[in-house]
Formats: sequence, C-alpha cells, structure tokens
Amino acid sequence: MSGPGKVLRRRRPGGRLVWYWLLPVAVACWELAARSAQAAYFPPPSRIVARLHELWFSGPVMRAFLTDEAVADLLPSLGRLFAGWAAACAAGVAIGVALGRSRWLSALVEPLLHFGRSVPPTTLVPVFLVLFKIGTPMQLASIVYGVVWPVLINSMDGARTVDRQYIETAAVYRLGPWQRLTRIILPGASPKIFAGLRLSVSLALIMMIISELVGSSEGIGHRMLEAQSQFDIPAMWAGIVLLGLLGIVLNAAFLGFERAMLSWHRGARS
Amino acid sequence: MIEHRLGRAALGALGIAAFIAVAELAGRMGLVPDVVPHMSAVLAAAAELPLEAQFRADVLATLAACASGLAIAVAVAVPAGLLLGTVPFVERSVRPLVEFLRPIPSVSLIPVAMFLFAQSQDAKTALVVYTCTWPVLINTLYGLTDVDPLAKETLRSFGFGPVAVALRVSLPSAAPFIATGIRIAVSVTLIVAVSVELLAPGDGGIGAFQSLAGSANRLDRMLAAPLWAGLIGLAANLLFTVAERRVFRWHRARTGDAS
Repeated sequence: MSGPGKVLRRRRPGGRLVWYWLLPVAVACWELAARSAQAAYFPPPSRIVARLHELWFSGPVMRAFLTDEAVADLLPSLGRLFAGWAAACAAGVAIGVALGRSRWLSALVEPLLHFGRSVPPTTLVPVFLVLFKIGTPMQLASIVYGVVWPVLINSMDGARTVDRQYIETAAVYRLGPWQRLTRIILPGASPKIFAGLRLSVSLALIMMIISELVGSSEGIGHRMLEAQSQFDIPAMWAGIVLLGLLGIVLNAAFLGFERAMLSWHRGARS
Repeated sequence: MIEHRLGRAALGALGIAAFIAVAELAGRMGLVPDVVPHMSAVLAAAAELPLEAQFRADVLATLAACASGLAIAVAVAVPAGLLLGTVPFVERSVRPLVEFLRPIPSVSLIPVAMFLFAQSQDAKTALVVYTCTWPVLINTLYGLTDVDPLAKETLRSFGFGPVAVALRVSLPSAAPFIATGIRIAVSVTLIVAVSVELLAPGDGGIGAFQSLAGSANRLDRMLAAPLWAGLIGLAANLLFTVAERRVFRWHRARTGDAS
C-alpha cells in the first residue's frame, strides 16, 4: 500500500503544507459546532486537549512531563505493545522462513496456517482471559496471536520465492548455511516479510486496545473504559486522540524503518 | 500438475489430522493445564453448535452487522473516492485529513459508539463502517491513478462531461482495486464486530455467545466459537478471492498479474 502516497508529488515543503488547510478548519468547525450544540458526547477539541494534558502530560519536568497516571497507564500499554509485537514478529519470521525453505513442511502446515489466520483474534481474547486471568500474560497472548499470522505467512511466501539463481550462486561460492540464510534468503525474502510486518503494526495496536478493554486493571484501554463508566466524556476522547496519535507515530516510524531497510531493494529494481 | 496439487492437498489434510492428534494427546497426557478442554471435546462442542438455534442467531447477528457495515462503507467510500480522484483540489485538501483519521484504531472508538448507539447492533455496524471505509477509499483513490489517460481524453473529445467520464472510464478501470480494498476490509470486519460484542453483548453475536459460555464456565464452547468464526472467515476470504478472480479476469489478463 505504498502506492497511494505517490499521488502527491513532493514540491517545496511550504507548498505541501498549504494543503493541510482543511485540518485546522475541521477542528475549528468541530469546536464551534460542539460549543453551540452543547453535544454531550462530542466535547469541543479544546476540552479534549485540556483533559489529555491534565490526565497524562502535566507532570514534573524531570519525568518528561508525564504524570503518575501516565507512568501507570501508558508505559505498561506501550511495553506490552512492543514486547508482544517484537515476540510475534521474531517468531513469525523465524518459523515462516524455516517453513518456506521446505516444500514438504509448508504443504503440511499451510491449511492450518490459513485457518489460524482466519480466526478473528478477538474471539480468542475471552479464552485467554480464562486461561491467564486478568493481566499482562493474557494481553501479550492476545497481541502475539493477532500479529503472528500475517508475518508468518508472508515470511513463508517470501522465503519460498527466493530466486533460484541466487541460491545456486550461493552453492557455487560454497556459502555455509548461516551465510546463505543471512546473505541470500533473508534479504531475498525481506520485501514480502516487510509487507507482513506493515500489516502487523496496526493489528498489534488493535489487539493491545481490545485486550485492555476486555481484561485489564491498567493501561490506556482500561482508563478509557473507566472514563466511560464515570461519564467523563472528555477523558474518553483524550484516550482516542492519544491512541490515534500513537497509530500515526507507529505507522510513520515503521515506514521510515522499512524505507531504510529496503533502500537497496528499490535501488536494485529501478 | 494435478498430481502435484493433489499431493499438496493430501499433505495439508495430513497436517490438520496431525495437529488434532497432537493436541488431543497433549491434553490426555496432561501437558496442557487442566482448564483447557481436550481437543475432542472442543470438536464435539463445535459439531453440536450449528444445531442450536441460539448459536445460529448469534452468528447471523454478527454477519448481519458485518455485511450491512461493509455495504454502507462501500456506498460511502466509492463515490467519495470517485469525487476525490476526479477533482484534484478536493483530493489534495482532504488527503491529510484522511491520513490523520485512518490510523485511529477502530476499536478505540468502541466506548464512544456504545454511548452514541443504544442498540449494540447499531454500534457494531457503525464501527464496521468506520473500519471498512478506509481501505475501500484508499484503494479507490489508488485505482483512479491507474486510469488510462488516453481513454479519458477520447471520451472527452467525443463531448462527454466529467461525470460520464468518471462513471464510464474511471470507475470500471478502478473496480479491480476497489475489489481488493473490499477484500482487505472483509478480513477486519469480524475482528471489530466481535470486539464490540465482547464489551456490549446486548444484541447477541459470536462475542456475546462467548461471554455467555464464559460465565457458564464452558471453555469447550468458548473455543468452539472461534473454530466456526475461523471457518466463516476462511469461507469469506475464499468467496471474495474467487469472485475477484472471476469478475476481473480481464484486468489480470491486461496487467499480466500472475499471483
């Protein structure tokens, strides 16, 4: 899905910024509409931002402005998100590449994998809740299950379709198995692997949130549910804004990482 | 070639059988915690579920929310994409807004949706709409950049207006991309619908069924539901993939896409 971004040709940076005019206009319209209509469920953006600041970012300078709540909620959420994502990606790539290199094994497990991927991971959240009770292991299991499939299946595809010529060249140069893996197979499979990883970023975020909404005693999702039950609507929206920002930042960071890692690939193709 | 495919299918069936056997053995030998029911118990529970009227109603409730949400999303996103794609000023102005809204995880909107919609079924549908709109919209826009300019110019020189050009050239030529967007959206609908059902089980659904099974301490039934959900997801994906291949055979022939 890197294609759609190309619609906008990059010109002067100022010329690009002009096209963001609709964002402030939309926010201003929301602000005015919410104030005049007194909509209970759509507080004006200024109140949401104020609540966001008050809840999480009005702490002492020494702690990067994070409040106690922020340390108690955001850090565990982010920690689980990254730990679950990293574990699932490592496992997915390792197992996927291993399976992809063996025709026999991949044929054996392929229907199982496609079934595993088709199970909506949210249906397993209540199961994990029974198995692990409320807490971090249950959330990690949810994130890992949600993330691992696209990574695994794409890695398998990638490893399977590495150009035969490269493999044979490696055989001619008598590369050992480790070198063949790190110099030929992994780079050859990396475009596909990254396609799976890109899907996994947003899935990890979804699973983090839903696992916190369903079974948690801390975290951003839990705080939002608490705000909902206390009718603290601005706090609820503050959570949404925070998660939206998190989504934007994670996607941008991943795209940057991908571009850096795959620059050789685009160079070789163009 | 046929033999090769048969062989793969046989190996796949063997893999499934082996998985079931290993899971059953692990249960019998006490390798997994006692709470986890044996594989055979889960399969038996799954086999009984379609006979229960309540389960059928729950599955239908989930699928109804998914289908109507997807339909609304397509009805909104495709015309919107067509408008954005044909009027460059609108597209360049709206795109930053889209890029800001799209990364908001749909499940983070569940608490708001529960406030806004008294009926859980409506909240579910609304969130499915939100989730499905983005992939369909983005793929529509992407497909519109791929339209043959010569075809558009030809129609224009015959005196067709911009609306006719959009409907007769741009839309058909972007249709395969729209279909891909829809297929991507389908895979997420179940995830979102079940999330809402877990938190607001009021109007039934697969998630509500699981909550009920959980409070009755029936882990076998709780695990049987994902089994069916997986089969439904697999069937939906297969249906959309095959339909896409059938309907847009001309597109694959044109682009030479062999995947």
